[in-house]
Amino acid sequence: MEGGFETGFLLGHMNYWLFVILMMTGFYIVVARGNLLKKIVGLNIFQAAVFMLYISVGKISGATAPIITGNPDEVYSNPLPHVLILTAIVVGIATTALGLALIVRINESYGTIEEDEIQQHDLEQYDKDCARAEEAR
Amino acid sequence: MEIAFTILLFIALVATAIAIVFIKRLFAVVMLSGVFSLLAALLFIVMDAVDVAFTEAAVGGGISSVLMLGTIALTARTQKQPERYSLVPLAIVLLTGAVLIYGTLDMPNFGSPDAPAQRHIGPEYIARTPTDIDVPNIVTAVLASYRGYDTLGEVVVVFTAGLGVILLLSGLGRRRGTPYPRGVSANRDQDNAQ
Repeated sequence: MEGGFETGFLLGHMNYWLFVILMMTGFYIVVARGNLLKKIVGLNIFQAAVFMLYISVGKISGATAPIITGNPDEVYSNPLPHVLILTAIVVGIATTALGLALIVRINESYGTIEEDEIQQHDLEQYDKDCARAEEAR
Repeated sequence: MEIAFTILLFIALVATAIAIVFIKRLFAVVMLSGVFSLLAALLFIVMDAVDVAFTEAAVGGGISSVLMLGTIALTARTQKQPERYSLVPLAIVLLTGAVLIYGTLDMPNFGSPDAPAQRHIGPEYIARTPTDIDVPNIVTAVLASYRGYDTLGEVVVVFTAGLGVILLLSGLGRRRGTPYPRGVSANRDQDNAQ
């Protein structure tokens, strides 16, 4: 990292830092917000930031999209990150759908999709169970 | 020009994400998440990933928004006001972000043609696709032919997720006939039986 922080270095690495900012915004939503649906949205933002990071790794300056043009001197961006991320997007929507189904099911059992209310409800249930066990003894 | 456009898109993305942090109405949150996906698709086009862009626009902006709207219709419309704001999540996020940024310092420059990722197997696929597969779109050739088994695995994942959703939600309408009041759990029957 000799003389690291020059303009070229800054411009060349800015994309990574921008994606880290975006990723951390999604992470903050997941950690700090108690609403389960919002957590899923936060997870999607996190995921999209990872996708952008991968796609930016495959980008070559002055290159074009990896569709063969017939021009032998054409430079193409790396198609492999694109393939990877295509698969990841589809798997991502599958997990999102499963998460949303779980939210609907949780709402059905608990009557709420707020994390702290669910936790409080579980604690009350536990106290009730303990009291009942005491009685039985 | 390209850099200016990228940064503009990026500012819009961050603004959308921050709005999602603060907005309480879940309908607005879902709509903003659709906006986020479309902006992300634009950014993918700027970075030459056209196939990824239209998948993201269709899946992220379309299907995922519809699924989330369905969820809020079945559950709640607003997010509860948090009782207290804690600094712990912010500290965790800032620490993680700092570690990640430290990790990027060794990465090659953006768009550099001699980065390790560009010199490994990628050029091989680009060179061989016209003769091996004869499909102009290299991404399609890799996805459906060279790495066809991976795509088969992806289909298995989607099938499993669909199966999970059906199992979780089956009988929802039947159970809805006797709804539990708010705050009363499904363990109620079990409680009464004991």
